[in-house]
Amino acid sequence: MTATFFANARLIDPVALTDGPGGILIADGVIKEVFEAGATPPKSANVIDCGGRCLAPGIIDIGVKVSEPGERHKESFRSAGRAAAAGGVTTIVTRPDTLPAIDTPETLEFVERRAQEDAPVHVLPMAALTKGRDGREMTEIGFLQDAGAVAFTDCDRVVTNTKVFSRALTYARSLDALVIGHVQEPGLSEGAAVTSGKFASLRGLPGVSPMAERMGLDRDISLLEMTGARYHVDQITTARALPALERAKRNGLKITAGVGVHHLTLNELDVADYRTFFKLKPPLRSEEDRVAVVQAVAEGLIDIISSMHTPQDEESKRLPYEEAASGAVGLETLLPAALRLYHAEMIDLPRLFRAMSLNPAHLLGLSAGRLLPEAPADLILFDPDAPFQLDRTTMLSKSKNTPFDGARMQGRVIGTWVNGNRVWESL
Amino acid sequence: MIFRAKHLLGIEPLHPTEITALLDLADSYAEHNRRGVAHRDVLAGLTQINMFFENSTRTQASFELAGKRLGADVMNMGMQASSIKKGETLIDTALTLNAMRPDLLVVRHPHSGAVDLLAQKVNCAVLNAGDGRHEHPTQALLDALTIRRAKGRLHRLSIAICGDIAHSRVARSNIMLLGKMENRIRLIAPPTLMPSGVADFGVEVFENMEEGLKDVDVVMMLRLQKERMDGGFIPSEREYFHRYGLDAAKLAHAKPDAIVMHPGPMNRGVEIDGTIADDINRSVIQEQVEMGVAVRMAAMDLLAQNLRASRSPQEVMV
Repeated sequence: MTATFFANARLIDPVALTDGPGGILIADGVIKEVFEAGATPPKSANVIDCGGRCLAPGIIDIGVKVSEPGERHKESFRSAGRAAAAGGVTTIVTRPDTLPAIDTPETLEFVERRAQEDAPVHVLPMAALTKGRDGREMTEIGFLQDAGAVAFTDCDRVVTNTKVFSRALTYARSLDALVIGHVQEPGLSEGAAVTSGKFASLRGLPGVSPMAERMGLDRDISLLEMTGARYHVDQITTARALPALERAKRNGLKITAGVGVHHLTLNELDVADYRTFFKLKPPLRSEEDRVAVVQAVAEGLIDIISSMHTPQDEESKRLPYEEAASGAVGLETLLPAALRLYHAEMIDLPRLFRAMSLNPAHLLGLSAGRLLPEAPADLILFDPDAPFQLDRTTMLSKSKNTPFDGARMQGRVIGTWVNGNRVWESL
Repeated sequence: MIFRAKHLLGIEPLHPTEITALLDLADSYAEHNRRGVAHRDVLAGLTQINMFFENSTRTQASFELAGKRLGADVMNMGMQASSIKKGETLIDTALTLNAMRPDLLVVRHPHSGAVDLLAQKVNCAVLNAGDGRHEHPTQALLDALTIRRAKGRLHRLSIAICGDIAHSRVARSNIMLLGKMENRIRLIAPPTLMPSGVADFGVEVFENMEEGLKDVDVVMMLRLQKERMDGGFIPSEREYFHRYGLDAAKLAHAKPDAIVMHPGPMNRGVEIDGTIADDINRSVIQEQVEMGVAVRMAAMDLLAQNLRASRSPQEVMV
């Protein structure tokens, strides 16, 4: 295989936390060498002139819903894979909340086969923690792990029976399996469409107190102390949950946390006049919470940013707000949305890619997510400043339920490489 | 034109001058109704459809009577028994109705925001007859008209709104309207029936009814909405009546000439003592019902004027 040299790049290095000029040589699907600015490439290599634009490790997106099996009209492996490539996501980590749920090695193999056939990017599947995501019996965690499940989660359903959950965590610990939890206390959250407060009351919508998140987190932290399991919180979205997370980390528990990009860039007021594309789970929060959570990402307390890509068709969104489905697509808008934080000078690019590439790789034990020799050549080349106005009808996802329709954004992916192969090119 | 709105979806978008214009017109309709003066030409040739996705006898009858007094062709559609049961979405129902070319659509729906959604899809004037816990604008307007007639003004009054505020669209519309008209608003309720974020509403909040009623000009009681409660908001109806039901002893804390209001239907012995409700010297509950027809006539009159103005001349000729 011939080597390729990315010349004249602005390297975003989430390990050294540096942002500066340089070049990268790749061959045989891996990074061979990282060069200082002005280095001359090996004579045999193809040269790609990056023109001073950003070259970063590809995004690893934990918690992507691909609606196969069950609702392929909402999103397929082909459409999700293309959307990912276009959005600079080189690895998607899929959720098991499909129809049926991915809770047996057989259904997991279906996912892996379909992904292999149709998706141009890496696909790593997660499996359900309990059968049917019903919170009663744990799945075959060992078999599923052998079949390739990288983590175990019931997604937005909380295992309310603490005895069942503590056993599943204990068993998972014996296999060093990663469990991902949703920490919104379910009793308080039931029926809620927005976060409680003045806005919820003005709109007459049922709300949930932001305290529900800390309550759920406190319970799970106690269970981690009991069981010693490896645990990741899918989304931390409120300021009040942050001290508990900080304390748990300081006490040496194996806990990490993520946040969806929408909670970093939007707040509850964006719902405005019942715009259902802004209905998420958990619901959008106050501006104070948003700023606190962005700060936590910049400081590294919150480890991971993901898109929480959740395709929904028009029929499930064109309903009165309370009845409408939750979730938004995000594979194609993750990078430009996250870059809003960079342009607002709330976080720098290396820290952004620490949260989008390096930390997810760490969590899943992958060697990707960094610009180092022998790491897979999963790379993205992007212009962080290129402005555009999003037109949802041009998106590659089958479902177009983005809250950013019509929004002015900055940041365009110019090229995406997976194992050194170019899977996306923007002209 | 003073009243410019295309729809009446809520009090929130209205300007105080629009509210005053509507109330002035409603006041004249109230007088004409008492004298039996007919106005069958105002909505002549227009079709009014009442779509109620939620049970209502009083509001629907009031809208129907208002339309008929102004000469509209009125049709009632009981939506609970209709295509919704067959799985049709709200938007499809709206498009189907729209194809029948109604002029005025009166909608009540159990979900907040549903009437806004429907209004985006139709070409006629939409009147919100109550959506979930969001707004019930004609109720707030009829309450305002009743207050104005009883007190001679609609500003600088001290008004207490008491009871199940959390579940009440009537309370939201009234807080908005009375606030826009620069009144002092006091909310009185047990904390479990107070909406979240109420401290930011620009109102005074009381958990003790006697304190809250002190020297108010108007006492507005709300119905305990048992059908919207999934349990556990209050310990029992008798304890609720003891602490928050309006009786003579609690009313004695208000001004001697304070009026008592209730949007109906009442739960006698739960939020209000029957003798207070029937006291013709204090209670204006029957007047509220009467003003309801007048306010709805005025609202439909103004919206129909705007609708006619927005349509092309040829269309109006047909």
